Amino acid sequence: MALLELNDVQASYGAIKALHGVSISVEEGSIVAVLGANGAGKSTTLKAISGAVRPTAGSIVFDGKELNGLTPNQIVKLGIAQVPEGRKIFKDLTVTENLRMGAYSRNDGAAIEEDFDRVLELFPRLGERKTQLGGSLSGGEQQMLAIGRGLMARPRLLLLDEPSLGLAPIIIADIFKTLRLINQEQSTTMLLVEQNANIALKHASFGYVLQVGKVAIEDTASNLRTNKEVIEAYMGAQR
Amino acid sequence: MLGQQILSGLATGSVYALTAIAVVVVFRNTRTINLAQGDFGMIAAFLGILFIKEFDLNYYVMLPLVVLCSMALGVLVERIVMRPIADSDWLTLFTATLGVYYILHGAAGWIWGRDTKAFPVTFDAEPVDIFGALISQGHLINMGWAAAIGIVLFFFFKYTKQGIAMRAVTDDPETALLMGIPVRFIVLLTWGMAGFLAAFAGVLLAPIVYVSPEMMDEVLIKGYVAAVFGGLYSIPGAIIGALMIGVAENLAGGYLGSHFKTATAFVMIVVLLTFRPQGLFGIQKRREI
Ligand SMILES: Nc1ncnc2c1ncn2[C@@H]1O[C@H](COP(=O)(O)OP(=O)(O)O)[C@@H](O)[C@H]1O
Ligand SMILES: [Mg+2]
Repeated sequence: MALLELNDVQASYGAIKALHGVSISVEEGSIVAVLGANGAGKSTTLKAISGAVRPTAGSIVFDGKELNGLTPNQIVKLGIAQVPEGRKIFKDLTVTENLRMGAYSRNDGAAIEEDFDRVLELFPRLGERKTQLGGSLSGGEQQMLAIGRGLMARPRLLLLDEPSLGLAPIIIADIFKTLRLINQEQSTTMLLVEQNANIALKHASFGYVLQVGKVAIEDTASNLRTNKEVIEAYMGAQR
Repeated sequence: MLGQQILSGLATGSVYALTAIAVVVVFRNTRTINLAQGDFGMIAAFLGILFIKEFDLNYYVMLPLVVLCSMALGVLVERIVMRPIADSDWLTLFTATLGVYYILHGAAGWIWGRDTKAFPVTFDAEPVDIFGALISQGHLINMGWAAAIGIVLFFFFKYTKQGIAMRAVTDDPETALLMGIPVRFIVLLTWGMAGFLAAFAGVLLAPIVYVSPEMMDEVLIKGYVAAVFGGLYSIPGAIIGALMIGVAENLAGGYLGSHFKTATAFVMIVVLLTFRPQGLFGIQKRREI
């Protein structure tokens, strides 16, 4: 059975329906990409998994456990961490404090210290800026911090919402190299939302394309890379 | 004379500071000014009388008990009054705290009467000599307590998990929630802290001003002005604002006449906000309110 299973999930913001029945399956240890244009419902899908948005219908099952009705705090405890769109670093907290907040739901002090050191090893630039405020970091550094903060929860599943957004190509490549390393070394499963289909399909094994709140295409990443519709709509004029 | 005026101004200012800090802490995690902040302290002062007079407790047994009761009052107000309307606009929240203010005034008057009462513990009347300036022991003790609380808060916000989480919730509540921080619990803690600070403000002021339902009204206003003075988000700003107001009004009272005393705080705030609308330590407001 898959680690994460979304079955016909629907979600709304007041009267606006954002998800019209999304079904996604993520195998343990894999990297799965979710592609789609602006407003397709990618972020809402991740928010539904995190419990920040309550689905109005359908079910979300993580490791055999139904997530419906759980609070975000309980969901993080189960092993799902989110790296939100736009990084959402705590601007007035230092780098160290930001990382510490990623581990809020944990009480295993020694293991938290281990993970802290591990994150600084993965992202040496964060180590150099430990006492700096989150708001003073560059975009790339903030993205590293957002990923590091997510890792501090020691998640089994990491949700990444457009980690490449607004970053220079070299930094994007660097960040994805590190994500790949984390995936391989810690077998952390990743659900990767991207508008940048090129980079996402390069690292993912499977992909879904969302269109107005529904899955329009699903296939292996290698098939999607050669899929005409995907190439035309999402790989043409990339940044 | 001048040194003396400044010292006793700092002493009054330190009680304002306890209130101002609480105003800031509650504001930045709930988007509202807690008008009942003073009355938490007033209730604490009445409880202090109750514990000492009726239960015959020692001052240092009374103090932690009053602190606990006051924290419980803060928590209770959050659970019963504020949480059900937590998603409303700030004006609704503000009006709710006004409601709590009147309820606590009324309850205190109903239970303990409207006339002022002397607080059973008064400090040694013999003033202490500090580099030639004479200051009453009560004032000195108040400054000591306020300074100690300030230091405790500094360490709490800088080094403890819950303290950092409180700041994270100030910074961005939605993301805090997403990171697994139980935001409602943190807001509850915030109100507990408001009760904690109020207990000290009330009990420390009680021997100086006598205890009555209105005893904290002026302190609340001064504490609020001090909080605005510091920019509403900054604890150091609130402390500096409170001490400045305490000293300035004492000097105005001493040199210009006692009827200038109360107006001083407002003159200061009007002048400051004219030149620095964001307050002394104002940080960019990132949440539209
Ligand atoms: N907080 C919100 N309030 C109202 N509508 C929203 C909100 N967030 C997203 N939406 C709407 O839901 C739809 C899906 O948005 P989103 O999941 O953010 O898309 P994506 O991440 O794919 O760009 C869009 O139509 C968007 O306008
Ligand atoms: Mg999005």
